[in-house]
Amino acid sequence: MFVPSTEELKLRIESAIPGARAEVTDLTGGGDHFRASVAAPEFSGMSRIEQHRRVYAVFGPDIGGPIHALSLETRAE
Amino acid sequence: MSETTENPIREAIADAIHDHEVILFMKGTPERPACGFSARTVAALEATGARFAAVDILPDPRIRQELSALSNWPTIPQLFVKGELVGGCDIVVEMYESGELAETLGVAPPADAPDHAPAGNEPGAPPLQIQNNLES
Repeated sequence: MFVPSTEELKLRIESAIPGARAEVTDLTGGGDHFRASVAAPEFSGMSRIEQHRRVYAVFGPDIGGPIHALSLETRAE
Repeated sequence: MSETTENPIREAIADAIHDHEVILFMKGTPERPACGFSARTVAALEATGARFAAVDILPDPRIRQELSALSNWPTIPQLFVKGELVGGCDIVVEMYESGELAETLGVAPPADAPDHAPAGNEPGAPPLQIQNNLES
């Protein structure tokens, strides 16, 4: 089990989604509640639900595990 | 979903989603949300004046597990309208702020809608009856 950090989350999002740019903040400073703003070319034509699912999928079971909460803002670019 | 007959919790969740036009799966109850994200989602829904059913997922961890498997959405809360997942807290609040939420819920947006979603209720309000079909 990894210990999440904003850098780790940013890296995982940007490695998993081609061309993605992510800004990640730790909402509480506790290393388990995060907010990510993600822009990616492939979001174009995807619904908001699909865009959020795509980002959640990067983390799989870590959401609800070490990452208690990941608040998302996504947009196509 | 070939396993519904062997999975009464998932079946009950699917039935609840089917039977209620607007249903929110959340941590705690609308009167006593147990999580800030659930509280913000309830506040946005209530601000539209729409009626909604609510299910507390906390009493049994299998509810969340089965719900997420069914909806392909990992976090709580989850709002369903007419059987479809609308989203979690971020999407619901975003839709409230744009006026889209009232439209989706089939209610007129309030004339004095604020620019920002209302803050969630603080825990402490007296508990009221909520609709919960999932406790066996």
